[in-house]
Amino acid sequence: MTGKKSLEELQALTKTIRRRIVEMTGAAKSGHPGGSLSAVEIVATLFFDVMNHDPQNPHWEDRDRFILSKGHGCPVLYAVMAECGYTPVEQLNTLRKLGSIYQGHPDRRFIPALEASTGSLGQGLSIGLGMALAARLDGKPWRTYVVLGDGEIQEGQIWEAAMFASFHKVDNLVAIVDYNRIQLDGFVKDIMELEPLADKWRSFGWHVVELDGHSIPALREAFAVPAAVKGKPTVVIAHTVKGKGVSFMENNPKWHGVAPSPQEVELALKELA
Amino acid sequence: MSTKAVKLQSELKMGAATRAAFGDALLELARQDERIVVCDADLSKSTMTHKFAQAFPHRFFSCGIAEANMVGVGAGLASAGKIAVVSSFSCFVANKGFEQLRVAVAYPQVKSFKVVGTHSGISIGEDGPSQMAVEDLSLACALPGFVVISPADEVSMKALFRAAVYHDGPVYVRAGRAPAPIVHSPDRAFELGKAVELVPGADVAIVATGLMVAEAIRAAEQLETEGVSARVLDMHTIKPLDREAIHRAAAQTGAVVVAEEHLVDSGLGVRVAQVVAETHPAVMEFVGIQDTYAESGTPAGLLEKYGLVASNVAAAARRALDRKKQG
Ligand SMILES: Cc1ncc(C[n+]2csc(CCOP(=O)(O)OP(=O)(O)O)c2C)c(N)n1
Repeated sequence: MTGKKSLEELQALTKTIRRRIVEMTGAAKSGHPGGSLSAVEIVATLFFDVMNHDPQNPHWEDRDRFILSKGHGCPVLYAVMAECGYTPVEQLNTLRKLGSIYQGHPDRRFIPALEASTGSLGQGLSIGLGMALAARLDGKPWRTYVVLGDGEIQEGQIWEAAMFASFHKVDNLVAIVDYNRIQLDGFVKDIMELEPLADKWRSFGWHVVELDGHSIPALREAFAVPAAVKGKPTVVIAHTVKGKGVSFMENNPKWHGVAPSPQEVELALKELA
Repeated sequence: MSTKAVKLQSELKMGAATRAAFGDALLELARQDERIVVCDADLSKSTMTHKFAQAFPHRFFSCGIAEANMVGVGAGLASAGKIAVVSSFSCFVANKGFEQLRVAVAYPQVKSFKVVGTHSGISIGEDGPSQMAVEDLSLACALPGFVVISPADEVSMKALFRAAVYHDGPVYVRAGRAPAPIVHSPDRAFELGKAVELVPGADVAIVATGLMVAEAIRAAEQLETEGVSARVLDMHTIKPLDREAIHRAAAQTGAVVVAEEHLVDSGLGVRVAQVVAETHPAVMEFVGIQDTYAESGTPAGLLEKYGLVASNVAAAARRALDRKKQG
C-alpha cells in the first residue's frame, strides 16, 4: 500500500482492529476471538506496513500475496482488509450471517480479493509455495506471506510443505507461526507439544526468526530480513498471547471459539478504548 | 386423517444432537468394555469424546490437528485387539483421512475400527463450507467392507452406535451438530441394514436419512392433508442398504423420493436408485444439495435456502406423483 503508516498510527490502528474483532464476534454470537486477537499486530503490520498491494486494484499482478492459513482467525483479516478499503467497514458486523461477504471462514466466492479459501487447517503453506514458485518462474519480485496457527502446524501437510520449500530454495515466501500456545481443546503442550519448535524448522532447512508477535517494530525488522536471506525460506515464530488486549480472554483456552456476550463486549470495548 | 397429522407433529419433540447421543453412548459402553479406546484430533469438546477422555484418560489418545495420522494410529490400535473409536468432524476425518481409511483399515479389513464423523451436512451453520461434510457418505461408501450409518435422532444413535461397536467389521458413523427432533420411540429395536418404517403409506415412499427423516415425516403430514398417503422410511444404514424395504416401497407405491443432507450426486439417492433399478423400476425424485458448497448462516436458514426442509420433500413427492400418473 502506498503511504505507509507511522508506528503511532499503526499502534492506534491495532486498537481499532481489536475493537472490531470484539464487536464482530459479539454480533455474530459465534466465531473465534482468541486467535484473531493474537494475530492483530502480525496481520496489521503486513497489510499496513510491509506488503505491496493496492486495495483499489486487488488483482494487480505484482501485489504481494497473503494467506491466512488458520482461516478461523478471519475476523482479524476482515477488519484489516476493511480498514485498507477492500471491503465495507460498515458490514463487518454481518459476520457469519446468511449472505454476508464476511463468511465464517475466508471464502473467495464472497471476497475475491482473498488469495485462498481456508478453514481446513494445514493447507495454506502449500498454496503459498505454489504462488511463490510462480513468481520466481515469471521473474517477479512479489513475495508471499502465510500465517499459520501453532495447533495448525501439527498437520502433516505443513511438514511436507516445509521440506518442499527448502528443497526448492523458496526464498520469496515468509511463513509466520502465531505461537499463542493454545489450540481448540486446550494448551498445545497438553494436546500435542511442538517444542523444540525453532529447531524443527531449522532442521527442515528454514531460516528462523523468533520475536514478540505483539511488537510492531520487531515485526517490521523481521519482515525486512527475509529479503536478504537468499536460497532459504524464512519462518517468523511470533510469540503471542491468545486473546491479547482483552484481559479476561488472554491466555484462556475458553476463548478459542466462543463469542463474547453483550456484557462481555462492553467490558472488552472499555479496555480497548 | 387430520388426527394422524396432529399426532405425528406432537411426537416430534426436539432431542439432543446425534453427536451428544454418541458421546453418551460411548461413555456408557466404555464403562463395560475395557477394549474401547478413543482417538480425537483437537475437537473432543465438539465431537463429545471429551466425556470419555475425562473418565478414561489412559484410553484416550489426543492426536493433535493431524487426522491422517490419527486414522493410522486407530488402525494400529484396532489391529492389535482394541476397539478403536476414531473421531473428528466428518469433513476432516473422511477427507483428510481417506487414504488411510482405504489402505490401513478397509483394505486389510480391520474389523474393530469405528470412525465417527460429527458436524456432518450443512446444518452446522455459521462455520461454513470448510467445516461442512457434504460428501462423506459417498466417501465412506467407497470403502469396501465398511458399514455406513447415519442415525436420525438420539434414540437411534444410541442403539446403532452400540451395534456399530460390536459389528464384526469397520463402520463409519455420521453424526450432526444441531439438536435433532426425536423421530423414534424409546423402545424401538434397531438392526444395522434394516430400515424403519415410521409412517405407512401407499402412494409414494420417502426414503430419508439423518436430519431429513424428521422433514420427511413433516412432509408426509402435509401430503396427507392433500389426500396423499406417503410412506416414510428411516434409512439409517446407507451401506448395506435394506434392499427389501426399497424393493417393497418401489413395487407398492411406484414413486420413490430420497431425501438427504448430502450432495445428491453421490449419496443415498444414487444408491437407492441403483436398487430401484435392479428390483422394481419406479419414478424417482431426489432432495439433497445440488452440486454446490453452502455458506455461513443459521442451521435453519441454510436448510431452507439449500432446499432441505419438509416443503421441498413434499414438492418432490408431488412431482413424483405427477410423473407416475403420466406413466
Ligand atoms: C483440518 C482441520 N482440523 C480441525 C479443525 C477444527 N479447528 C478449528 S480451529 C482449531 C484449533 C486451531 O488452533 P491454532 O492453529 O493454534 O489456532 P489459534 O490458536 O491461533 O486460533 C481446530 C482444531 C480445522 N479447522 N481443520
